[in-house]
Amino acid sequence: MGPFLETLLGGLMTGMLYSLVALGFVLIFKASGVFNFAQGAMVLFAALAMARFATWIPQWLGFDNKLLANVLAFAAAMALMVAVAWLVERLVLGKLVNQEGITLLMATLGIAYFMDGAGQTLFGSDIYKIDVGLPKDPIFLLESTFSGGILVNKEDLYAAAIAATLVALLSLFFQKTATGRALRAVADDHQAAQSIGIPLNRIWVIVWSVAGFVALVAGVIWGSKLGVQFSLSLVALKALPVVILGGLTSVPGAIIGGLIIGVGEKLSEVYIGSQIGGGIEIWFGYVLVLFVLLVRPQGLFGEKIIDRV
Amino acid sequence: MLYRENGQFKTSYRSDQQVFPIAQDRIAIWLLVAFAAIGVPLLVDEYLFRAILIPFLILSLAALGLNILVGYCGQISLGTGAFMAVGAYAAYNFMVRIEGMPLLAALLLGGVCATVVGVLFGIPSLRIKGLYLAVATLAAQFFVDWAFLRIKWFTNYSSSGSVSVANLNVFGIPIDTPHAKYLFCLGFLVVFALAAKNLVRSHIGREWMAIRDMDVAAAVIGIRPVYAKLTAFAVSSFIVGVSGALWGFVHLGSWEPAAFSIDRSFQLLFMIIIGGLGSIMGSFFGAAFIVMLPVFLNQALPALGGLVGVNIDTATIAHAELMIFGALIVFFLIVEPHGLARLWSIGKEKMRLWPFPH
Repeated sequence: MGPFLETLLGGLMTGMLYSLVALGFVLIFKASGVFNFAQGAMVLFAALAMARFATWIPQWLGFDNKLLANVLAFAAAMALMVAVAWLVERLVLGKLVNQEGITLLMATLGIAYFMDGAGQTLFGSDIYKIDVGLPKDPIFLLESTFSGGILVNKEDLYAAAIAATLVALLSLFFQKTATGRALRAVADDHQAAQSIGIPLNRIWVIVWSVAGFVALVAGVIWGSKLGVQFSLSLVALKALPVVILGGLTSVPGAIIGGLIIGVGEKLSEVYIGSQIGGGIEIWFGYVLVLFVLLVRPQGLFGEKIIDRV
Repeated sequence: MLYRENGQFKTSYRSDQQVFPIAQDRIAIWLLVAFAAIGVPLLVDEYLFRAILIPFLILSLAALGLNILVGYCGQISLGTGAFMAVGAYAAYNFMVRIEGMPLLAALLLGGVCATVVGVLFGIPSLRIKGLYLAVATLAAQFFVDWAFLRIKWFTNYSSSGSVSVANLNVFGIPIDTPHAKYLFCLGFLVVFALAAKNLVRSHIGREWMAIRDMDVAAAVIGIRPVYAKLTAFAVSSFIVGVSGALWGFVHLGSWEPAAFSIDRSFQLLFMIIIGGLGSIMGSFFGAAFIVMLPVFLNQALPALGGLVGVNIDTATIAHAELMIFGALIVFFLIVEPHGLARLWSIGKEKMRLWPFPH
């Protein structure tokens, strides 16, 4: 029972992080109908910016306070992501209005390539560390119930808490603020939203900035866990099945999908993978999604797809 | 003035429905094929064969296959690399395990295996559409990558995980020089391009296009979506599988699963988007562009750096390549979303009227 619970918890933590990346996908898809393949590149870009600014800013300004450095670096990285959002809207999406989904998808792939290159040109391509003071020591739970207890990484707990807070904040933002309402309106119907005076361009910049913010948070958490390196942009590929499982248009779907895939991945790796050669984490999520989609083509929480002729 | 169909009267249905109804087109294509088969080998050195021409031919073939699925039948696939891998590894296993297996038969059987896998992963397309399908096809990509890495039987228990083939020959003619490899690939490409062109003009091709344009409406007028979608998956993965086998056997010689990774799938998708969806010609344009671009950037960037007196190191070049590649993709999508094939057909229209404006 002990190892099982441990794997389960580990899966939940990983799943939470997947949902963070998946959230970025969902936000952009809801607001602009663009399937943003660049989300992974944005995570890498944001994490690189954060990691480098955290070392550069104290050097430039000549102070030595880690908290201040991190806060300033976070702000600078966020500013950079807003700039990216603005540029993307200006140079790419604004020119591709009314194109088909696949063209937009390809455009975001182009953006992904560009950001991978640009990030490494600007910030260097070594492995960097992000140290935001997340504790790394493991703790043991339920030691009285099982022998040895359950090993949990404190860092994972913090990460999960941050992710949960972020999701709650985003839901509040979407439900309660005027901008959030505008975003939801645009998501429902571009033309109708525009006709009642919602500026599409500004909404897109906002939504890409929010996605950039989510990417930054995801990048910081992943980065402090694994180090900031190129493979971070591959996290997006892990998050894709999460988005599809939960449904492309559903924020709660991204969270629950992330948890399901995180847990399923870890459990299958431990209990099935060991028998058929290991490493099945890579495709488990995708194959799971394939079977779910056969039953529910719109994902678990997606809006029902209605065909009209 | 030269390119005009005036005076070319069609007196039979046969001549009216041929692949190239305009005589100049026919002559041009014959000249092109003759030049590719006879002229190019005389002019080109080994490096060009290996670095550009052979990859171009094989990837054009793969792009052609993908274009049938994405461009003609409208089913987005991100698993092309996987189908190439299936073709390559299946052909390898046929070669290794069956004594005296002829090369041609092995390559085609590799294609047949890719067809089976393609149809299997195409079944979800009956229920899933659009972007959902695109992600679902990624399942094929990751699963196949994993299978060839972890299941040792496929790689004939080779210790390093990479497989290699040697001493290729067709009917006793060895395929070992770049020249012979080039002609071998060219032969495949010409045959498959002609077959594909005829297929998309036929009954089944029209069914694919109807499904692409609106599947519900197509079903209403009596086109079976199951049949149309699965045949598109089958034909597409067959061609892609053969091209994968060629890529492994002829271009690489020895390979491991990384040769058919997800980057390959994206690369092929770029080719058909930039070249033109739903156009046989577009597959060639796109393949030429994507194959040539990195080679060109590799040569041009250091030269450009030298011109302004900056010494660019290789890491920077690699990153700059990524940036320029990404930027060019976006640029192309913005200025010509229908791809290079559209520019080509616009050019042809203009040629027909020239020198008159209307």
